[in-house]
Amino acid sequence: MPGPAPLKEFDVKSWLYRADVKASPYLYISPFFLVFGALGVFPLLYTAWVSLHKWSLLSEQHTFVGIDNYTHLLHDSFFWNALGNTVSIWVLSTVPQLVLALLLAHILNNRLRGETIWRTGLLLPNLASVAAVAIIFGQLFGRDFGLINWVLGLAGGGHIDWHAGTATSQLAISIMIIWRWTGYNALIYLAAMQAVPDSLHEAAIIDGASSLQRLRKITIPAIRPTIIFTVIVSTIGGMQVFTEPLLFGAGSNSLTGGSDRQFQTLSLYLYEVGFGRYDFGYASATAWMMFLVIALAAIGNYLLTRRIRRAG
Amino acid sequence: MRRGHRLGAAALAVTAMLAALAACGSGGSGNGGGGSQGKTKIVIGTFGEFGYEPLYAEYEKLHPDIDIVARVTKAEDHHKNLAAHLATNQGSADIEAIEEGWIGQFKAQPDKFVNLLDLGAGDLKSQWPEWKWQTSVSKDGKQIGLGTDVGGMAMCYRTDLFKKAGLPTDRDQVSALWNDWDSYIATGKKFAAAKVPGAAFFDGPTVMYRAILGQADVGLYDTSDNVVVESNPSVRGAFDKTIEAINAGLSAKIIAWSPDWNAGFQKGSFATIACPAWMLAQIQDLAKDSAGKWDVAKIPGGTGNWGGSFLTIPKQSKHQKEAFALAKWLTSPEQQAKVFRGAGLFPSTLTLYKDPVITDFKSPFFNNAPVGKIFSDSVATMKPQYLGPKAGDINTAIINGLTRVEQGKQSPDQAWQQAVSEIKQIV
Repeated sequence: MPGPAPLKEFDVKSWLYRADVKASPYLYISPFFLVFGALGVFPLLYTAWVSLHKWSLLSEQHTFVGIDNYTHLLHDSFFWNALGNTVSIWVLSTVPQLVLALLLAHILNNRLRGETIWRTGLLLPNLASVAAVAIIFGQLFGRDFGLINWVLGLAGGGHIDWHAGTATSQLAISIMIIWRWTGYNALIYLAAMQAVPDSLHEAAIIDGASSLQRLRKITIPAIRPTIIFTVIVSTIGGMQVFTEPLLFGAGSNSLTGGSDRQFQTLSLYLYEVGFGRYDFGYASATAWMMFLVIALAAIGNYLLTRRIRRAG
Repeated sequence: MRRGHRLGAAALAVTAMLAALAACGSGGSGNGGGGSQGKTKIVIGTFGEFGYEPLYAEYEKLHPDIDIVARVTKAEDHHKNLAAHLATNQGSADIEAIEEGWIGQFKAQPDKFVNLLDLGAGDLKSQWPEWKWQTSVSKDGKQIGLGTDVGGMAMCYRTDLFKKAGLPTDRDQVSALWNDWDSYIATGKKFAAAKVPGAAFFDGPTVMYRAILGQADVGLYDTSDNVVVESNPSVRGAFDKTIEAINAGLSAKIIAWSPDWNAGFQKGSFATIACPAWMLAQIQDLAKDSAGKWDVAKIPGGTGNWGGSFLTIPKQSKHQKEAFALAKWLTSPEQQAKVFRGAGLFPSTLTLYKDPVITDFKSPFFNNAPVGKIFSDSVATMKPQYLGPKAGDINTAIINGLTRVEQGKQSPDQAWQQAVSEIKQIV
């Protein structure tokens, strides 16, 4: 009876083979998802659970309050103020940042002497830790002994109290963000620009197009998907700005982002509620609202840029 | 075998991952049972500099059965971690230090701590000034902490700037200039009239407001944890007095702990600042080149305190008796004197205020000012003020209001109204 036994062995082997082909890829990528599940999804869901409670870190009792935290948040002037600040800092930082990045990338896309040095140099501001950048800029923008006011003084201007005003403080914070991220975005643009066929540029040059005309008519339409990508990424980043305003406001009122909360961002407000007042329920609700805002901003971005793409 | 091997490797990797995660989850508990060689392990959590290291070694020599494990972090992190450890009922040390700024928050949860009166702390009561003892008593009368150091309160001033303004520079004469805050402001007006270039009379609203409020019998809270900011005239009084000084043009309008403030000590942006004992160390650190230019006089009103800490024992500790014995020993006058000599923290025990160790102590950096005596005087007769759970946030709201006035954004009344409504939102 030699028949069935080898057949069975063959079955097992082929089952193993099929299982291997089908299951192995999932097993290989599973570590990421397990870690993400433990450190990403679980906290996310747990935060949602906490946000439905009156939950002080210092108290034993966590009373279930339903969506009270959320309704309270919608009537919280600090929250809307922080949201407004976040949006205006985002606009102030992202628009100049991406325009500058485009111009820089366009210049570096030409043949330059020592182009590797220039290109690497672009990334240097991004390599410095955000805390270091924020501390240094905080000192540059000092009212009495800051370098910027010193230069303004030499030029005959008066000292600006950068921290006191809404516009000045948000501008200062935006400059920190622009400083850190312009080079990074320029490199991404540069990579995309290298893929634009030279023949298009050559033809335009023969037709007498200027450098700026080529940037507008050839480069930008060609790298539009990359621009959309950077806009979405900087939106997500811009909604979460935290360290810059925290350290810019160094002093006795650092958590409130200025005497009138004039530069308190959403993340900073979240931090004030969670780790200043230990009110975890309310902080969790804030975190979820922030998540919603970011998701809405990303969707809005996507729709807008898709329309632009169609129009283009 | 090769294919099976690959599958196995993947499975192994996943298992290892899970094991690693599990290990993360179960680690971190600080309350070990018996330590090495049958010794009792006492974990003590402090922050910044307490000057305890040599004392631990001494205590272990005196008590061979005790093994002390020290955990030191930054103040903010220390209190944040403590809150988390209390919330989860695990992971706290046997002794946890708590700073004055946080004690109100923590004593609002007295059940998380051992009531030290049950362990005999009542017998030690006379060791501290009444106000220091009361600061760590919960509203239901439980004592949760033994006092370590205090801040005290004095007035630091720049002799070089005073000289330029034609004011006396001798510290006794300077102290005589301001018996109360009104005469302090009057002196400030004289200073301002002299128009010393680049220098204002005081730094900004934060420190002055805190110093004035600290002298009141009742502060931001009554003893049942109700916020009394609106009904207690002392709070509005401290606010108004600071406004008066600002309106007289005496403020350098600098936010405390900002880069301009740090630089201001060195460059002489302001001539006076109310200073607790710990601020002397800060001035010495920030303004190294200004040795001899700063001096120390009495605070207007004579008394005051800002800062200082307590040793508490969380209820989750498995060695409460041993922990209490250690905390009692660390906070005794003899050890506090050693800490003062070693790390410069100002002691909180009454007997030391008459001891030559303190009374004869002079600070060379501050023109040999008898700081030991000045700070002792400021705390010995201070009245107890009850500190409630959210005092820190409330003070921030009021100081933000003062800053808005200084920055020309609001009138004093508008600033006060906004501060009051913000406080309602916070509490």
